[in-house]
Amino acid sequence: MASPLISFQDYGFQYMAQAEPTLHHINLDIYPGEKVLIAGTSGSGKSTIGSCINGLIPFAYPGQKTGKLLVGGKEPDQSSIFELSHTVGTVLQDTDGQFIGLTVGEDIAFAPENNCVPQDEMKQIVERVAKLVDIDHHLQYAPHELSGGQKQRVSLAGVMVEDVKALLFDEPLANLDPAAGRAAIELIDMVHEQTGAAVIIIEHRLEDVLWRSMDRIVLMNEGRIIADMPVAKMLAGNYLLEHGIREPLYLTALRYAGVEITEELHPEHVNGLVLTDEIRDKVQKWYQAQQTMLRTEEKGPELLRIEHLNFGYTPEKYTLQDVSFTIRKGDMVSIVGRNGAGKSTLAKLICGFEQPISGDIRLDGRDLSGETIKERAANIGYVMQNPNQMISKPMIWDEVEMALVQSGMPKEERTERVEKTLKICGLYPFRKWPVSALSFGQKKRVTIASILVQRPQMIILDEPTAGQDYRHYTEIMEFLKDLNRQGYTIVMITHDMHLMLEYTPRAIVFSEGKMLADTTAAHVLNDPELVRAANLKETSLYTLSMACGIDKPQLFTECFIGYEQKEGR
Amino acid sequence: MARIPILSYIRRDSLVHELTGRTKLIFFIVWSVAAMITYDTRVLVCMLLFSFVVFKVSRIRVRDISFVLGLAAIFLVMNNLFVYLFSPEYGVEIYESRTVLFPIAGPYTVTLQQLFYHFNMTMKVICVVPVALLFIACTDPGEFASSLASIGVSYRVGYSVSLALRYIPDVQREYHNISQAQQARGIDLSGKDKLLTRMKNSVAILLPLVLSSLNRIETVSNAMELRGFGRNKKRTWYNLRKMQRNDWIVVILVLAILAVDLIVTFWDGSRYYNPFI
Repeated sequence: MASPLISFQDYGFQYMAQAEPTLHHINLDIYPGEKVLIAGTSGSGKSTIGSCINGLIPFAYPGQKTGKLLVGGKEPDQSSIFELSHTVGTVLQDTDGQFIGLTVGEDIAFAPENNCVPQDEMKQIVERVAKLVDIDHHLQYAPHELSGGQKQRVSLAGVMVEDVKALLFDEPLANLDPAAGRAAIELIDMVHEQTGAAVIIIEHRLEDVLWRSMDRIVLMNEGRIIADMPVAKMLAGNYLLEHGIREPLYLTALRYAGVEITEELHPEHVNGLVLTDEIRDKVQKWYQAQQTMLRTEEKGPELLRIEHLNFGYTPEKYTLQDVSFTIRKGDMVSIVGRNGAGKSTLAKLICGFEQPISGDIRLDGRDLSGETIKERAANIGYVMQNPNQMISKPMIWDEVEMALVQSGMPKEERTERVEKTLKICGLYPFRKWPVSALSFGQKKRVTIASILVQRPQMIILDEPTAGQDYRHYTEIMEFLKDLNRQGYTIVMITHDMHLMLEYTPRAIVFSEGKMLADTTAAHVLNDPELVRAANLKETSLYTLSMACGIDKPQLFTECFIGYEQKEGR
Repeated sequence: MARIPILSYIRRDSLVHELTGRTKLIFFIVWSVAAMITYDTRVLVCMLLFSFVVFKVSRIRVRDISFVLGLAAIFLVMNNLFVYLFSPEYGVEIYESRTVLFPIAGPYTVTLQQLFYHFNMTMKVICVVPVALLFIACTDPGEFASSLASIGVSYRVGYSVSLALRYIPDVQREYHNISQAQQARGIDLSGKDKLLTRMKNSVAILLPLVLSSLNRIETVSNAMELRGFGRNKKRTWYNLRKMQRNDWIVVILVLAILAVDLIVTFWDGSRYYNPFI
């Protein structure tokens, strides 16, 4: 076998600002042309491994290393970050942040510019690479004119101009909707085939990455490699769930049905499953048994009614067109649709950040059009996607108390309310802590607490779980579910299909400013047309149920969710 | 968002937009030098008229840049005020005559000469500001760095400037979002509160804004290093355009303006045009 392209030998690393090493005794060889998935929860050290490979460690993040690391036969600290960039091309997670140029063409040309490639030659290179990733018709576009998926194509093109030997992707799916995520994985696969470069993907969304075949999975936890094995073997074992990584849904469903996952089953891909009659039978039986357990939800009184709502930033182009729906007290609803479909605009209209051109928004039968942002906020809370954009006080208590102080509430009453809210949110033990000591998920809770303290009847959350690993995702969602049980009405804007499927019985689908459907989440994901319009993708449960000869895939999905809510976790 | 962000590139089709970044930069610098050197009222009036013509040709509307213009006006007033406070007789010194219009108090008297001096000073600023704003509004930020580099500025500096300009709209958008969310938590910025409370409140927006901007900087600087920024002393430019006929015409024109400016200004041996003697 050829010598490895990247080789960690008993490698350890400690960031300068940290008291403990982040990586311990890493032994990992990656060979030319391999496709490796590095999985792990946040804080497992998987991103640090990436930074070691591309040279951000030690050049941007200095620290103490032990053991040995070779990239392209050289030790990174003996080389330079520039030299390394000829060997390893990196696509970062933040597709916006890494867009350096002001147009697509300029961004792709960034590396050749730095290498002093003459302009004519540079234009040819850009043309060629842009064609390869199918972005050549957008060379003059500015970043904000592109979709998330297109931005990622640009990032990929930008590193491919170098003829690198390895492509490193740091959470490539984090900012993409499901359909764009799938396209990204297909693109990476295509590039791998055409260039023969090794592909290293750091990601915790396993099922999405496995849409195209990978050679092996490296599982990390707490700075160590827990397992490093071929995909089938990894999926057959119990490693993933034990370490906070969600396995593909179809495998979970098979386990629920009592099927043992083995390598012979070929569990890598839902279409490649080798299903024996015995397995089909088991799944069928489980499905029959579950159907009787389904219950229907009782409906609460009407809370929010939206009627014939129209809105546009310019009169010529409407961002929202004739939207009507109702939210009932105690509902937990997802609003789904591709980026730019009008989901966030809808939230802004409900909160009063923007004024509709025409149409009604009523809360408890009362017309909201005359109420200011502040007045509406007493009833409708809005939680932004990124908690760092909301938190404005250094201490948790102050942050949660802020809205009450502003409203001029007396001190005793404030204290009582804040205490109660912190208890609901599980933050009471941290009440005297600074915000900076909290994890991302905990910060999210602080922002939710700072909204809850105003006792709104309804909370709107924008992408509550974006970028979270399974553990934090579950933590946040269980918390929201708990709030919902306590009577809070919750509306979530999301493109996370798992979230919608597992936590919200109902989903409202938007596409290009129009409301396409208001139905059950299971229905949405089993209706190919809706799936396409909302840039989602059908679940693997759908594919599995078809393969098992189940006539109503939607019902199968509902059974799965019902079972999971009862037995899972 | 429909409104045009402050201090950013405004894409329109015009003769000014078509010029290369380098030409506009040279024009801006030479023009500023010309305006700074002279105190000759005749020259200033001509320059002012010319800058209005350029403004018209650029098809940028006043309301596109009204906010910055307002700011500039405030600074101009302050500047005038301070000059008067510290040297109320400066005009008399320069123009070597004294025509008192009316006294105010103590050493402060309003003289025709001082007013004329202020008039000239103001004209100088008014000549430069629209051209400066036009330079920013009509130059594709992508061309900023390359045009700075083409006149000998280090590309690192050039790139920092262009990145800063590039992120202005993003930061403004973020400010907008954060402020909306904070308003929903009872923070009022609409001006009903007292100034002190309003200033305190704006911290509630600035803190998250600064933190997220720092984050952005980290990402972009990593991304740049990973793609070899700073490897060599020089770099090439993808979108550096070659000088066209119009570019040469503009460069020659502005140099001619400077020459005429110098000749007219210093013809009688002084920077000041003196109508009083």
